[in-house]
Amino acid sequence: MTRKPLSGKRPLESKPRAIIVGASSGIGAALTRELAHQGYLVAAVARREALLQELCDTINTAVGELVAFPFVHDVTDYEEVPALFQTITHQLGGLDLIAYVAGVQTAVSLDEYNFEKDRQMIEVNLLGAIAWLNQAAIRFAHAGYGHIVGVSSIAGDRGRVGAPVYNASKAGLNTYLEALRNRLSRQGVTVTTIKPGFVDTRLLANAPKTFWVITPEEAAAQIFQAIRRKRQTVYVPARWGLVGLVIRHIPSFIFRRLQI
Amino acid sequence: MIDSEMVVDKKDGKSSMLNGRFEVILPAERWERVPSWGGASFGVSHVYRPSTVEQLQAIFELARRSGRSVGLRGGGNSYGDAAMNDENILLDLRRMTRVLDWDPENGRISLEPGVTLQQLWQYVLEDGWWPPVVTGTMKTTIGGCAAMNVHGKNAWQVGPIGEHILEFDLLLPSGEIITCNREENRDVFFAAIGGFGVLGCFTRITLQLKRVYSGLLDVETCSLPHLDAMFDYFAENVPRSDYIVGWMDAFARGRSLGRGDVHRANYLPPGADPNPSQTLRLDNQHLPDTILGIVPKSIMWLFMRPFTNNLGTRFVNGGKYWAGRLTGVKRYRQPHAAFHFLLDYIPNWKKAYGPGGLIQYQPFVPRENAREAFREILRLCQRRGLPNYLTVLKRHRPDEFLMTHGLDGFSMAMDFRITPGNRERIVALVKELDEIVLAANGRFYFAKDSTLRPQIARAYLGEEAVAKFKALKQRCDPDNLLQTNLWRRIFEP
Repeated sequence: MTRKPLSGKRPLESKPRAIIVGASSGIGAALTRELAHQGYLVAAVARREALLQELCDTINTAVGELVAFPFVHDVTDYEEVPALFQTITHQLGGLDLIAYVAGVQTAVSLDEYNFEKDRQMIEVNLLGAIAWLNQAAIRFAHAGYGHIVGVSSIAGDRGRVGAPVYNASKAGLNTYLEALRNRLSRQGVTVTTIKPGFVDTRLLANAPKTFWVITPEEAAAQIFQAIRRKRQTVYVPARWGLVGLVIRHIPSFIFRRLQI
Repeated sequence: MIDSEMVVDKKDGKSSMLNGRFEVILPAERWERVPSWGGASFGVSHVYRPSTVEQLQAIFELARRSGRSVGLRGGGNSYGDAAMNDENILLDLRRMTRVLDWDPENGRISLEPGVTLQQLWQYVLEDGWWPPVVTGTMKTTIGGCAAMNVHGKNAWQVGPIGEHILEFDLLLPSGEIITCNREENRDVFFAAIGGFGVLGCFTRITLQLKRVYSGLLDVETCSLPHLDAMFDYFAENVPRSDYIVGWMDAFARGRSLGRGDVHRANYLPPGADPNPSQTLRLDNQHLPDTILGIVPKSIMWLFMRPFTNNLGTRFVNGGKYWAGRLTGVKRYRQPHAAFHFLLDYIPNWKKAYGPGGLIQYQPFVPRENAREAFREILRLCQRRGLPNYLTVLKRHRPDEFLMTHGLDGFSMAMDFRITPGNRERIVALVKELDEIVLAANGRFYFAKDSTLRPQIARAYLGEEAVAKFKALKQRCDPDNLLQTNLWRRIFEP
């Protein structure tokens, strides 16, 4: 038996369609809300079912029609991704945008080398992104259009004493996204790397010192602007760009004496 | 297979996904972007291009196993979403191009569905035959023409193409092939023709062609100053013409509303052409490669682009009308191909409409109401600041096909340029136009459609016809495997 898509398509009244991976809280939830209010149909993918369900119900009630659809999935379940990806595009009736927002940061002390913690960060922050965005890349390359957004972090700009593997996961994500951009831009696909500074989410609980903290809603609004303008790399908020610039250029002989 | 259902309760906005996921992944290299012909929308599908009936059957089996639906696509010349099936399987039938049987004595030909009208007329013309019904472009396939039950500029004389189909084989999604004609499987015959490809896939179509005694047509063109003159011209010339088509300048207002040119043509009777063996040769049918002998036609759309806006088209239409007015009535002989395939005259002309593309709105209105309805429609478009750029008037007759657009009256095809800024206004305008057409007992045509809403379709087709069609759909395709965007939009919203 074939399935009907969740939302019919009328040629002149078609809504853009998006997948948000990591939608149950923080920036992902805020971005799901933002896109839904901006007229998108959104597939919200996340592990925590209750939160996801509540998010979609709230959005659908606020918008007054079905625009957010929950899909429960653990991003480390890589084998599930190709089938789920095709299920979602089928149910949405298309795909214009995918944003990978899932990310974890576990607290590690300065002398801690805990492989289990490290593996989890690499799995969620990097391997999950590769599993999902590879699917999107193949599809968008064949379709000749589409927009891939990876929410990375300013933490990926350098390796620091406090978060070696978190830094490495985000640096890996940055490089992967850059490579996707170089591969796909000639095929009409846009790839945007988002590098937030401190955003008031669960991840912040594990950050030692914070400043310039913005809400996930503010972050989501700025990410949406970056999507609309088809930007390549965007610091959120923009002033972190200056910090990034400085940090990237601190010479190693100084950087290794710092406690940041 | 989907192992469970996505439950959506529309009342309280709750939705839940109960593990309803595809198990079969379709290969990524099958993803393809598929545009509507007008270019105003596009989708992405898993596109397969079978060349044999066995491959077709295998793809239906794959669809069944993988939980996807199958859409059928021929030349892809439907203006809207009739040959699209987003996020599902799309069968592009253009590799099934064999001529299965040809009888040059009686003009009967059996074709695979992917044979284009171009291949067909070029195959039969030297034997003195011509397709009885042709579209404005020769890129359409015979399968697509049958599924949409297309008409030509002679629709009031010979009806749509379905009237010239003697028999077809229809592959059902189950894999079974049934033969349909006016005796055998008669109900399927009259529903699958014009049934926009959701009952089954034509695998063999047998067509009765039209005998011609020359490769030329006698053509007469003239300009007419307003809509009344246009309708009077049709009334006067319909009985004595084989083809008539009117072009209107939708920018003309007031007393000039509906002004334009008409082209009418007649076949040459036997003996009128002193040298038919020459004129029937393909060499003498080709469309010219240049305009005015200088400009290559392949780049012509670039020159049209600056004029494809309200101001430019007003200017071009006015110029075209007055040029016709000044030269008066012209009579000449023209090859069949040159007369019929106006849409192929300027390759890629639709690119002149820009990246937003175009849609066509083509209402069919009974003879007694057409003049007033079309007058109202033209005026309303002008009032809303959305004049259409190309307007074509044709005469029609009723036919027996279940989902037909045919009636004893006229159709007015209108091309609207689509831009990001006018989409909403076009949608609103079309809703108003739909009301005018319905009030005039009008009908619509799926090959051209991008905007029809379910309630409008039910209103003009009648509940009974829709129920009958759905019953046949249930019989031919109980699993609803054959679908298109248009089918879901209009019949399964």
